[in-house]
Amino acid sequence: MQKINNSSKSYWARLGRDIWKHRRGYLFVLPSFIFFSLFYLIPMVSALVVSFFNYTPLSVSYEGLANYRRVFNDPIMFSALRNNAIYTAGVVTFWLGKALLIAFLIDPLSKTLKVFFKSAFYLPGVTSGVIISLIWLWMYNPSFGLFNNILNAVGLPALHWLGNTSLALPALILMQVVMGGGSSIILIAAAMGRIPNSIYESAILDGASRLKIFYKITMPLIKPVLLYLIVMGTINTFKVFDAIYVMTGGGPQFSTTTIVFRIYETAFTNFRMGEAAAQSMILFSIVFVIAIVQFRWLSTEVEY
Amino acid sequence: MIREALVEKDNPLRPGKAGLVIRLTFLVVLGAITLMPMIWMILSSLQPQALSVSFPPNINPLGFDLRYYQQFLGRTHVLRWTLNSLIFAGSSTLLTLVVASLAGYAFAKIKFPGSKYLFWLYIITLMLPFQVAMIPLYIIMTRIGLTDTYLGLILPAIASPLSIFLMKQVMQTIPTPLLESARLDGCNELQVWKHIIIPLSKPGIAFLGIITFVQQWNNFLWPLVITESTAMRPLQVGLTLIREEVPLSYSLHMAGATYAAIPMIIVFFVFQKHFLRGVTVGAMKG
Repeated sequence: MQKINNSSKSYWARLGRDIWKHRRGYLFVLPSFIFFSLFYLIPMVSALVVSFFNYTPLSVSYEGLANYRRVFNDPIMFSALRNNAIYTAGVVTFWLGKALLIAFLIDPLSKTLKVFFKSAFYLPGVTSGVIISLIWLWMYNPSFGLFNNILNAVGLPALHWLGNTSLALPALILMQVVMGGGSSIILIAAAMGRIPNSIYESAILDGASRLKIFYKITMPLIKPVLLYLIVMGTINTFKVFDAIYVMTGGGPQFSTTTIVFRIYETAFTNFRMGEAAAQSMILFSIVFVIAIVQFRWLSTEVEY
Repeated sequence: MIREALVEKDNPLRPGKAGLVIRLTFLVVLGAITLMPMIWMILSSLQPQALSVSFPPNINPLGFDLRYYQQFLGRTHVLRWTLNSLIFAGSSTLLTLVVASLAGYAFAKIKFPGSKYLFWLYIITLMLPFQVAMIPLYIIMTRIGLTDTYLGLILPAIASPLSIFLMKQVMQTIPTPLLESARLDGCNELQVWKHIIIPLSKPGIAFLGIITFVQQWNNFLWPLVITESTAMRPLQVGLTLIREEVPLSYSLHMAGATYAAIPMIIVFFVFQKHFLRGVTVGAMKG
């Protein structure tokens, strides 16, 4: 007993000495760590705790897994998961396709032209989700919007873009594909720029076609960047909220309700904080799995 | 001759005349599609409702008028919302820069036990959605009475894990011997940070400052949740309030959207280089 006590005492003493010896490092990290733990770490861990409580503005009581039972029996949560999956898959796939095409097109251009086009494609990215949503809401307007005007002009019937259960989600995907993905273009273009010319020269000497060079040389060499973009794009797109809130409110008939929008509704429209916390744990688990996959994938490096 | 100015000289894949024309045509068309909504926004904001609904858009420079901007700016809270956004984005940017450059220096250049694990903690959190922290954070803010205040708005925006990651990446590239010699000359760590680290990481710090400002100016979900009174809303939330109040006045919405977008577009063009280079620095590798 005495011995254990002794060694544990010296352990703490040693730890204290260690911290004191390296105090400079800890002190520099401290300000950031205070904010980080108060506003990121502790709330994130508390989300798990809150999810076991019936937490409303009027009462707080422990109720075990009841919130999780509610979440799993909530048909809207299931359509939210499905909508999220479709939205994310659609947006990330088309973003990547668009970014690959544009990066391929600008790759051999002069520096000035490269900067010009990169800026043009990146520009919508500095405006907010709310602004972009307001613009597209106006363009999708069934009676006066740009899209139906175009359809009219070529003699096609007008569409109820955001009012149709099977059209609303694709309409939101289209918006995100056109307006976003600017940083993917910059990253892919940078990766293509790093490929040494000598590799291409020998391929040309061997008589390989442009397309073949793209598939056999460029694509494999930029693969790490593509994987990075897929994972980060998925994680970021999964959190879509602004467009849903501004443009559709999750409708029509929950066809555009996403997980974060559902969490928002549960917590701040219906004031069921505990249930919302349980929903956010579902979001947490999904993103956590994707993040793990990311670490695995990113450890593969290419060598030229 | 023109072709020479348009393509990279030593690129073995540089296109011929026809290839160049095809590439440029594609790029111009795709670029036009990307920028068209922004142009549509500006055009609609400058034209009376009846004109802006026509296709092709009625572009008549003499028909432009600023009445929707007058209407927008004349609304009760617009200037207050603008001030709120400036305070929110401005102060969270300044605080982020101080806090992140201190921590970034420690993670990049000072050896201390546990630094690796601590940094990993930041990285893992970086991947996780803020929305998970949002509900407990809201409960905490309610308990300590910070809902509907600037502090409640700003504090959670300060210690973003991304800022720590970026600063570490930037400061890692500073050669260590430089720091050693400064220490030998009698500089303490804070002086090293101030006189060597900060000046040498200026481009990185500038980039972090710019993206933090743009990000917080554009931030929507947290401000929507934490502010309650109309007077405390930032501009982005204010725009949605105007749409709820006057749902059919699209020209007014577009004037508001343009008003909120122009500052960020100017920031982008002024700091274009930082943006384009910074994106590559910010990307995590390995």
